[in-house]
Amino acid sequence: MNPLLQVEGLGKTYGNRLGCEDVSFELQAGEVLAIVGESGSGKTTLLRCLSGHLQASSGRVLYAQRDGRSVCLADLSEAERRMLMRTDWGFVHQDAREGLRMGVSAGANVGERLMAVGARHYGHIRSTAEDWLTRVEINRERIDDSPWAYSGGMRQRLQIARNLVTSPRLIFMDEPTGGLDVSVQARLLDLIRGLVRKFNLAAIVVTHDLAVARLLSSRMMVMQQGRVIETGLTDQVLEDPQAPYTQLLVSSVLQV
Amino acid sequence: MNAPTYNFAYLNEQTKRMIRRAILKAVAVPGYQVPFASREMPMPYGWGTGGVQVTAAILTPDDTLKVIDQGADDTTNAVSIRKFFVKTSGVATTEKTEDATIIQTRHRIPETPLTEDQILVFQVPIPEPLRFLEPRETETRVMHALEEYGVMQVKLYEDIAQYGQIATTYAYPAKVADRYVFDPSPIPKFDNPKLNDCPALQLFGAGREKRIYAVPPYTKVVSLDFEDHPFEIQTWDRPCAICGSRKSFLDEILTDDAGGQMFVCSDTDFCARQQNQSA
Amino acid sequence: MAAVLKIEALHKSFTLHQQGGVRIPVFEGLDAEVGAGESVAVTGPSGRGKSSLLKLIYGTYRASAGRIRVRKGDDWHDVVGAAPYDVLNLRRSTIGYVTQFLRVIPRVPAEVIVAEPLLERGVEEGEALARARHLLAFLNIPERLWHLSPMTFSGGEQQRVNIARGFAASFPLLLLDEPTASLDADNRMRVMQLVDEARSQGSAIVAVFHDETERHSVCSRDIALN
Repeated sequence: MNPLLQVEGLGKTYGNRLGCEDVSFELQAGEVLAIVGESGSGKTTLLRCLSGHLQASSGRVLYAQRDGRSVCLADLSEAERRMLMRTDWGFVHQDAREGLRMGVSAGANVGERLMAVGARHYGHIRSTAEDWLTRVEINRERIDDSPWAYSGGMRQRLQIARNLVTSPRLIFMDEPTGGLDVSVQARLLDLIRGLVRKFNLAAIVVTHDLAVARLLSSRMMVMQQGRVIETGLTDQVLEDPQAPYTQLLVSSVLQV
Repeated sequence: MNAPTYNFAYLNEQTKRMIRRAILKAVAVPGYQVPFASREMPMPYGWGTGGVQVTAAILTPDDTLKVIDQGADDTTNAVSIRKFFVKTSGVATTEKTEDATIIQTRHRIPETPLTEDQILVFQVPIPEPLRFLEPRETETRVMHALEEYGVMQVKLYEDIAQYGQIATTYAYPAKVADRYVFDPSPIPKFDNPKLNDCPALQLFGAGREKRIYAVPPYTKVVSLDFEDHPFEIQTWDRPCAICGSRKSFLDEILTDDAGGQMFVCSDTDFCARQQNQSA
Repeated sequence: MAAVLKIEALHKSFTLHQQGGVRIPVFEGLDAEVGAGESVAVTGPSGRGKSSLLKLIYGTYRASAGRIRVRKGDDWHDVVGAAPYDVLNLRRSTIGYVTQFLRVIPRVPAEVIVAEPLLERGVEEGEALARARHLLAFLNIPERLWHLSPMTFSGGEQQRVNIARGFAASFPLLLLDEPTASLDADNRMRVMQLVDEARSQGSAIVAVFHDETERHSVCSRDIALN
């Protein structure tokens, strides 16, 4: 089966400094890949290269479009790339303020992508926005509220709704539960799991929290100092870690 | 001491060439904001320097110039600018729309329909329609280049969500020749339909922001809206108190401190002509 | 009786880098074969690798060498060295696993946890939940607990949710790791009934049973690890 995303030898350097190096993997529809590592491991750099936010220094990223044709990310024109990032792909930022338009209402936030691809019926846009707010467990009566009036957890869920409204096939998430209360985290993770299954989403999730990775992902990639140390199924990496660093990481997790 | 002599219409010829090149580019790409090297003018920014520079660049000795401000020929600004051009070019002036070859305007389009022999020059404060939602110039340029106007619709959506209707009543954004979204300057939305398929050439100059754009004659201009909230112009429930017109844009004038008001045509020339016709 | 599982020359050892790189061998050349409808027990002293064998078959542990071939339809798939996507597919359709401990996910209700294997196969939600509830009722989990997350359940209740989940969908190959541990007599009997049902439906079963009686009641032969 044609993989949704094919990454070959991807690398990014900042002058002399290494961001990430020699990353290769495939991702199928419905798979969730967690990229774990400590601060400075290069996982966020990798995510940004994969999602088209950053230009890689080496290697390539191939994406299989809806019509079946594979396209190299670097070959896309800026218009095509921006269109892709707005329709087929989603990006959930760690800080919801980066992923939302804080100056407009929640409904406008959810409806923006629709309007960007030509939706011109206010009533339809609004009811679609209401549906999505409900799906991410936000009271639909808060549709006209500004995101400033939302809690952190609500803003994250709004971000997710904003991204999913165009039925993307691939979602990138950067520490989606960072900074949230534990109970709020649980709710968010449960929501993401459900949406992934329901819409057969593929997702790449960067996290430093192994518990989040365990919960969300079927596959895991461990990074250290810009390199991929180990990769495999999530339960494989967590229960049968091969590399010394992975064993160290897994054994360092605090047990409750 | 000798009085200074000015080049025709104040600007030197090199400057006029630069501005004309910008105008040609603007006409070639309708609605696209062309950057130009806006000059220091003998009036501060915010007082029509953009419009004045455009007019100065296209003015010829045979032209007849009309200058209006909010539709009126006799306000301070209109008078000042008209005098400025008389002083620096000696060109003929008029208050009658149909006699003018160049009409410089602040914030209104004349009620009298324009002809192919006329040029309408608009004074523009902020040329960028996306500015309020996207403060970065680098980003707005990319959005125009890639025709990413979703955010414009977002603004209109937000209006309807907050006020029940699209609340923008002036500087209403429109799409030119099915390509660029532009700000037609702070004309009331009442005037937007006049932009469409106009026989006259329409030029827009923003002096402080250093941009020129244009709508060539007979160009399609469509105001943005939603299918279920279509674009509508303002209406009044009474005619002009002076000439009785029911089809022109009316200004509200307060007549006393007790709330007395009257509604009068904003276009003074049009109002005078209506009066003469009914007389 | 067609073979469903073929283990060939399986080698597995663990290298503990945090303990100075000490190497712990578990299997050094294990062979085994299990057919459809057959029930095989994994026996041996504690710590000899009984659970490890199940985890190797499931793909959680990586074999050092050898082959673990599982039949899916007419094709044989080698779990060892398989691409992650293929292993996930096998887990969804072919290899079921009742683990020793329930991995509790916050907020997810018990009935959804049990229904998940069916939901992942694309079974319609109503149908999947109906089956889940039937199993929960069969294993004496009171209805008032069905919509709650098992986080607050007792150990025995959690284990029964786990078992229900393992038997929700039918699998050609079913791995059971001490399914009756921490259960009372009545529930143990019910679990054995489920095992029997699966076997008679044609599943191949590889199980670890602590209790000899239970082992003999279900399993026709052993894989002895000594």
